[in-house]
Amino acid sequence: MISMDTKTIDEAVELAKFEQKIANEEKIEPSDWMPEAYRKNVIRQMSQHAHSEIIGMQPEGNWITRAPTLRRKAVLLSKVQDEGGHGLYLYSATETLGITRSEMIEALQSRKAKYASIFNYPTLTWADIGAIGWLVDGAAIVNQISLQRTSYGPYARAMVRICKEESFHQRQGYEIMYELAHGTPVQKQMAQDAMNRFWWPSLMMFGPHDADSAHSGQSILWKVKRESNDFLRQKFIDQSVVQIEVLGLELPDPEIVWNEERGHYDSGPIDWDEFKRVINGGGPCNYQRIKHHKKAHQEGEWVREAVRAYRLKQQTKNVA
Amino acid sequence: MNSIQTNEENKTSLFRFVVALADDSVILSHRLSEWCSNGPYLEEDIALANIALDYIGRARMFYQYAAEVEGENRSEDDLAYLRTEREFTNLIIHELPIGDFAFTMVRQFFLDVFYHLYLQELVKSKDQTVAAIAQKAIKETRYHLKRSEPWIRQLAEGTTESRDRILLAIDELKEVVGELFDMPSWEIELVEAGIAVDRQSLKPAWDKHVQAFLSASDIDFEDTRLQITGGREGIHSEHLGHLLSDMQYLQKTYPGMKW
Repeated sequence: MISMDTKTIDEAVELAKFEQKIANEEKIEPSDWMPEAYRKNVIRQMSQHAHSEIIGMQPEGNWITRAPTLRRKAVLLSKVQDEGGHGLYLYSATETLGITRSEMIEALQSRKAKYASIFNYPTLTWADIGAIGWLVDGAAIVNQISLQRTSYGPYARAMVRICKEESFHQRQGYEIMYELAHGTPVQKQMAQDAMNRFWWPSLMMFGPHDADSAHSGQSILWKVKRESNDFLRQKFIDQSVVQIEVLGLELPDPEIVWNEERGHYDSGPIDWDEFKRVINGGGPCNYQRIKHHKKAHQEGEWVREAVRAYRLKQQTKNVA
Repeated sequence: MNSIQTNEENKTSLFRFVVALADDSVILSHRLSEWCSNGPYLEEDIALANIALDYIGRARMFYQYAAEVEGENRSEDDLAYLRTEREFTNLIIHELPIGDFAFTMVRQFFLDVFYHLYLQELVKSKDQTVAAIAQKAIKETRYHLKRSEPWIRQLAEGTTESRDRILLAIDELKEVVGELFDMPSWEIELVEAGIAVDRQSLKPAWDKHVQAFLSASDIDFEDTRLQITGGREGIHSEHLGHLLSDMQYLQKTYPGMKW
């Protein structure tokens, strides 16, 4: 009983210290004490982010071999390679919270862990590569800029680094769209179609409305999340409308109109049924994405096994 | 020496020589990029994409120079996207499908050893542009070789399965390595002019390196007399046509557009 009481008192002291750090805008570091729920919350968010980078390589990779020019091919390859790098960096940063990469991969493959739902939509034309860079990476940046101030130190530092590369990705996407929107009618149509298809899923990337967001309350209190879903979504809409005008494309939502009073663009309702359906596995590519990930993982098993066997042999040799 | 001012015959030979080097690079890059999101480790997805990027960089430099030498107002993209399989003159080893990870790494090892020897000579080319491209490429190739050798070692000495896969890949690939050392007539001309490299002369060093490396893992590497050749003449495996229909899809479906 005495030991339990001591433990309770110790925990209360640690919790007070933890909360003070959060209040002082100090970062929580891997060796710091943290509540179990905080640890789980950050693991969930960071691993979800890492998985998104990795699964996102599939729809974009779909166009590497078919990129229309050598320059575009080099840029796309480089971008997809960056995404892999982000995934790797984020997996490593998440491991500081006491979970292994293989546990995270297992959670992804068994669908316990989620990834950005937008990658459950297919990349049907070259313009989709433009739309992903511009809108999807654009939405991700809006979110990630706010996460540069997240309370978990390794995550905040990862975001600083990742944001720099993501802004290049967004520019290359916008450049693809610009070229198409100013090209032949068939190219312009391709750009319009891609934007129309990726617009709504991009808005959904910010998550449910604040009132309906399951994890938001606690995440904001702990400063894991720094801005609300709706605030960030509005910021994204405002910046994108101007960009669409520059492209000379038609707005993807007829209800978009400037609201002088709010100082923001108003827009039409989001189809939350679709959001839930896709998040829960009912999007056009959910099955395909996980199946592909599992297949590549299984096909690589003999390689990983060989590496383990080789290392073991080397260790035995060194000991002998 | 700037060889653009040489006579018509030399110009044609130089164009054929440079465009073939570009073809080698773009085709290998294409194959390597197919590993994206398919590798055994995330680290390998990244590394193979990185090597693919090195090769696409080489391809662009060689195509741009080939277009300049030709002087017909063709661009790097015209050369890469608007030529047919009979016009592509890459050596066949570059175009074979990626196979399993063992196949990809054995091909890479064979090519890395080859390019390591080849580029060391090509940097001495009297054609300054070719020499400059080789100078950049050799730094990349040194790194590629540092990566492919440990992979071959680990897989050859890892498990029975990995060793079997390596042996199988070697067996399949040794039929197409001979072509790396075959010299077409126009390249021989350029060797005499101090521009190209006598690839045939690299064969003993290549054999020695590969044999020594493999024998350390108890693998006997012997040349096979059966060699598949024809790449430099535009006679390829059945695989190249499929690769090009993938790579050239947009340019051929929507001709004459800017991307």
